[in-house]
Amino acid sequence: MRKGLLTVLSLLLVLSVFLAGCNKKDSNAGYSNGGKGTKVELWTFNALHGKYYESMAKMWNEENPDDPISIKVNTYPYEDLHNKLLVALQSGKGAPDISDIEISKFGNFLKGEPQILPLDDVVDPERANIVPSRLDIYSKDGVIYGLPFHVGAGVIYYNKEILDKAGVNPDDIKTWDDYKKAGKVVLEKTGVPMTTLDVSDQWSFWSQVAQLEGKDDLLTVDKEPNLTDPDIVNVLKYEQDLVKEGIAIPAPGNYHHSEEYYGFMNKGGAASVWMPMWYMGRFTDYMPDLKGKIVIKPAPAWKEGDPRSSGMGGTGTVVTNQSEHPDLAKKFLAYAKLSKEGNIQIWKQLGFDPVRTDVWDSPELKETNKFTEYFGPNIFDTLLEVKDEIEGVNIGEKTPDVSNAIKTTVLFRTLVDMEDPEKVLKETQEQLK
Amino acid sequence: MDDQVQAKKKRKNNLLYSQKAAPYFFVLPFILSFVLFFAYPVVTTFIMSFQEVLPGKTSFIGLANYQELWNPTFLKAIRNSSVYTFFTLLILIPLPLVLAVFLNSKLMFAKNVFRSATFVPALTSVVVAGIIFRLIFGGQEEALLNSMLAPFGIEPRAWLNNASTSMFVLVVLATWKWMGINILYFLAGLQNIPKELYESAEVDGASTWRKFFHITMPLLKPISIYVFTISIYGGFSMFAESYMLYGSNRSPNNIGLTIVGYLYQKGIEQNNLGFGSAVGITLLVITLIITLIQLKFFGMFKKEEQ
Repeated sequence: MRKGLLTVLSLLLVLSVFLAGCNKKDSNAGYSNGGKGTKVELWTFNALHGKYYESMAKMWNEENPDDPISIKVNTYPYEDLHNKLLVALQSGKGAPDISDIEISKFGNFLKGEPQILPLDDVVDPERANIVPSRLDIYSKDGVIYGLPFHVGAGVIYYNKEILDKAGVNPDDIKTWDDYKKAGKVVLEKTGVPMTTLDVSDQWSFWSQVAQLEGKDDLLTVDKEPNLTDPDIVNVLKYEQDLVKEGIAIPAPGNYHHSEEYYGFMNKGGAASVWMPMWYMGRFTDYMPDLKGKIVIKPAPAWKEGDPRSSGMGGTGTVVTNQSEHPDLAKKFLAYAKLSKEGNIQIWKQLGFDPVRTDVWDSPELKETNKFTEYFGPNIFDTLLEVKDEIEGVNIGEKTPDVSNAIKTTVLFRTLVDMEDPEKVLKETQEQLK
Repeated sequence: MDDQVQAKKKRKNNLLYSQKAAPYFFVLPFILSFVLFFAYPVVTTFIMSFQEVLPGKTSFIGLANYQELWNPTFLKAIRNSSVYTFFTLLILIPLPLVLAVFLNSKLMFAKNVFRSATFVPALTSVVVAGIIFRLIFGGQEEALLNSMLAPFGIEPRAWLNNASTSMFVLVVLATWKWMGINILYFLAGLQNIPKELYESAEVDGASTWRKFFHITMPLLKPISIYVFTISIYGGFSMFAESYMLYGSNRSPNNIGLTIVGYLYQKGIEQNNLGFGSAVGITLLVITLIITLIQLKFFGMFKKEEQ
């Protein structure tokens, strides 16, 4: 009898191990609105984005009481999110309804038959108000698959205190040549380099390339690698010259998002840095000592009259083909990212430059928040000034490959090991083909 | 209880205690997990390495993936992994062996303290260790190692930006982390050596050195071969250490790229699972060949030849 009991018990134990795997928790757990309304799951790699979507779901429910939504946000680390989503879409199981995808990973999701849904039907009503290049980057063959958060306009942040010491007026810097000359003055008078350059990340280089007049970018219009373009070679040569003359140094920690760099810049280590608008948040959060000392200006142009900015970085939010409520998911997404209310909240909550040009001069964007306190109240004047000069980028299936090559080899070899830019770019181009 | 139930119970007991079924029952978990988690993936990977795997558009492309493998980045990854394996073998076999002998010696004081101290790193997560090492070997003047070297007049340097110093850091990390495990293997081996051998050697007047070279070393051979074999595989399949040291799979000029890192980059990060599979199969072939050569060199196949 005892043996029999033991057998039963051990079998139960084994079974419970299997069953534990299938154990379903409270099915409403984690969903907003107490699970009332259509359930939609959303993945993101940024907790702040998650909070934003939750607040937008609340606003949606107030405005659409007869079609309520209940969202559940899962935040994963950056690499994890993209890898998990790729596997889920590849295997046809386990994907959420909506997901954020970062721009340099977006190309992966356009390969083969995209497993994400076209969004043209919800974009069309708002299309006229949106910076068009920000929709193109998430498209394949003219079909839009992702909605943008921000313009990500490339700007330049000057440390006014250092420039004043050197007697340089940032408004006199119109072209990159002027910038170089001013950099020399700053270096001679203060001993501080004018700027730092990303050598394991792409922003310094990509924004300068994207700024070039013309339709080609790191990828050509036909979405093929374009690294041997003479203009692009010249951009890299320009950066190398800055390093050679000591006007620029490779960013401490190799890129502008490293702890080493934040500390260095915070202590007044360099007189300026060119990064997109969304970099404002890094200043407010990681470089508190520079409060009130930083001015935001349009980036210098390659030639006077040429474009002074470019749309950099971004997050394309998609609806997957595994969604059970694709129509609602699409509508909600358009509400959160393209509507006027949504765009104002994007600025208020996230500090991003919204993609709708018609909200840029609205009074809500002048209200005080941590960004206006840090940079002054006229942040959007800079943006309005360059409104028509924001150059787009070409994003395609080859983008992840090209971006990886730039982040690992191209910049490091030319700006740290000082190899010949032309040779390095040629070699890389051949490898990518 | 009535007869029917009794009979039923008996039958059940017979099945449970059957001599014929028992062996199969006991190996079943292993066979199942082997087939499910090893054989099946290996076969699928092999097939996938001849395919272009895209959502909704998977097609056979012959040897194209393998042809593409012949590129400078992959060769660099192979070189990095080989150099790393070479140095880890060079350090992680002799050093733990000697330390294990010390820890096994009667003359050693506070043995247990040292044993646990050397083993603790093996319990630390690679993620934590990688981040701490990154900070120690940071490029700024204030980074731990740079500030420790400054009083000796050594210029601060960016340890992780240079191919040879970053390999040095990786080997240091591996040594710190895996030393304890290898000591454990050698200790187990040492404790299996009969005391009588040493005693009779002492009677014959053998010195400590002779005892080490003529008793300890030969009798530790089986365990050494085992450690050697798993170290080769461990070296070639290293990924997490490099990933954590650089905070991502990207290192400047690919100085920290390993074979598995390349597999991950191509297969997962760039959504090219077919190509990733080809990298994986190549890794399998490389480790297989090296291990076979090594086992042959140590005479593991002699018995079969005789």
